[in-house]
Amino acid sequence: MNTSRIEITRYPIVKKILTSRWLQWSAIALTLPFFILAILAGFFGTPAGNRNFGIVFVWIVWWGALILLLLPFAGRLWCAICPIPAPGEWLQRRALVQPRAGGKLYTLGWKWHRKLKNIWLQNFSFLAVALFSVVILTTPLVSSIVLALFALIALAMSLVYERRAFCRYLCPVGGFIGLYSQLAPIELRVKDHAVCASHKDKTCYVGSDAGYGCPWLVFPGALDKNTYCGLCTECLKTCPLDNVALYARPFGADLFSNTGRRLDEAYKAFIMLTCALAYSIVLISPWSILKETAYAVGSPGWWVYAVAFLAANLVIVPGIFYAGVTLAKKIARLTTPTKKLFVEFAYALVPLGLAAWIAFSVSFVLINFSYAWQVVSDPFGWGWNLFGTADWEWTPYFAGAQAFAQIPILLIGLVAAIGIAIRTAQEQGASSRTALPVIAFCVAYTLALIWLYV
Amino acid sequence: MEVGNWLVPSLGFDRRQISIAAITGLLVLAALLIPLPLTTYQLQNHSITLNARTFAYEPATMRVQRGDTITLKLESLDAAHGLAIDGYPVDLRAEPGKSATITFVADREGKFALRCSVSCGALHPFMIGELIVEPELPRVRAMLVTLVTAFGAVMFFWSKT
Repeated sequence: MNTSRIEITRYPIVKKILTSRWLQWSAIALTLPFFILAILAGFFGTPAGNRNFGIVFVWIVWWGALILLLLPFAGRLWCAICPIPAPGEWLQRRALVQPRAGGKLYTLGWKWHRKLKNIWLQNFSFLAVALFSVVILTTPLVSSIVLALFALIALAMSLVYERRAFCRYLCPVGGFIGLYSQLAPIELRVKDHAVCASHKDKTCYVGSDAGYGCPWLVFPGALDKNTYCGLCTECLKTCPLDNVALYARPFGADLFSNTGRRLDEAYKAFIMLTCALAYSIVLISPWSILKETAYAVGSPGWWVYAVAFLAANLVIVPGIFYAGVTLAKKIARLTTPTKKLFVEFAYALVPLGLAAWIAFSVSFVLINFSYAWQVVSDPFGWGWNLFGTADWEWTPYFAGAQAFAQIPILLIGLVAAIGIAIRTAQEQGASSRTALPVIAFCVAYTLALIWLYV
Repeated sequence: MEVGNWLVPSLGFDRRQISIAAITGLLVLAALLIPLPLTTYQLQNHSITLNARTFAYEPATMRVQRGDTITLKLESLDAAHGLAIDGYPVDLRAEPGKSATITFVADREGKFALRCSVSCGALHPFMIGELIVEPELPRVRAMLVTLVTAFGAVMFFWSKT
């Protein structure tokens, strides 16, 4: 029994709320209208991003809430209330709230290709969005086209493939939410694996009259990290043996187990780490040539930017890390394949990457948050003043004080990264000094961000 | 359940680690607070014309010494632009042919972002310049704190072997 976690669902009121079929539906019923409004505002509203609900609410309010609050403290909670897969899931179920008998789904039920059962496609879909992000983040029409495209692809996939194939294998956001959800202080797990092993019906996976089989294609009995659990709580509803629970746990608990570490997830860590640095250089530095080049899609300069951006993500940063791991291997005279060490040590970058994203987001979310008051009253920029806040002046919150939040956050990420790197070295049967090249990489990365921010 | 175990599972803090954490904390405080040697400097007045265009300031970086007086003239080259400086009470608005001027003393050291305060187009939220008030002690101290923390963390976790 793991004594360092607390079962939240042992409290009857919590269990009752979490197993209510109305909970997830109600949350999505709240987020879906905002999502639709964001898309409509992009198509029909003002092209000025900071005056358009679609840009401000998606890329400042939602992004800020996701990176600063939801992800660090609640892991994949956003995935449970995300409106993007909801229409497809409702169609698949032909129901909004109550389950069909036996948890039956109406879909062609295609299986996802075996070779694509990983997050490589999510890595590439994120990179594709990231490459055009300067345009997507600032141009309402483009932002709406991208969001609408996500919703349409999710809908189409739910009609063809089984369950939430889009969320699990394609969603560009879901990939990094999954990676960083390993740090969250909550987890949904089975109480006793032996109970699952002896339970023949596996209703948590196949569904029952009480609910649907895991929409994320995960067998809860084998769940040992948060990465692919969407916190939808279907398994809480369908387990007839009361063997599934929601736990509060230490931050980052998943990273203290090195089981199931994979190259696709490792690469996600590199992509996220590199993008946080790249965005910090391109978007919030004074070098306007970079942002203008990144915005001028299709221009000769943009192609140079695109090649540099992709090379940094896929080759340069992982390559530097690989060289560090090779050095580590030589230091310890390990016989472990370098590729395996590369993957193992890459998980040290998970806390550092989340810290970098939080620090980067702090630099623009609070500064630009006051635009939210304007667009709430005038979502399309048509001159409305629904709540009397349309004329509120832009007020940069905590201007000049962001570093007081950014530095401690980066240091927390760095300390966690160092701890995991040394632990990883020890798990490989090597001395702590084996981790020094990886630690040097993490320190250099942190110093680079601090140099940019302070 | 020990609080230490809840925060960092499976490690458990021994006395040596607690000592390392305490010493690191003291060193971090020292890096933040200890006066650093500074060269003496004759205060100056700076008269700077800051050109604003979508989506950039020119010069992109202004560098002065702490205590210097800055007379800043904001001129716009294309559309209406604004200027706010993080940490300083500066709020200007300029249009082509209509500049705006402010004089202030750079009494806070460090790096401060210049931001456009008038909506000017797609990249408006990222129209950023910087005012650097030397000596850049905040940056030096932040780097020192990072190195001290990293060294402390290595020692802290190293002691488990």
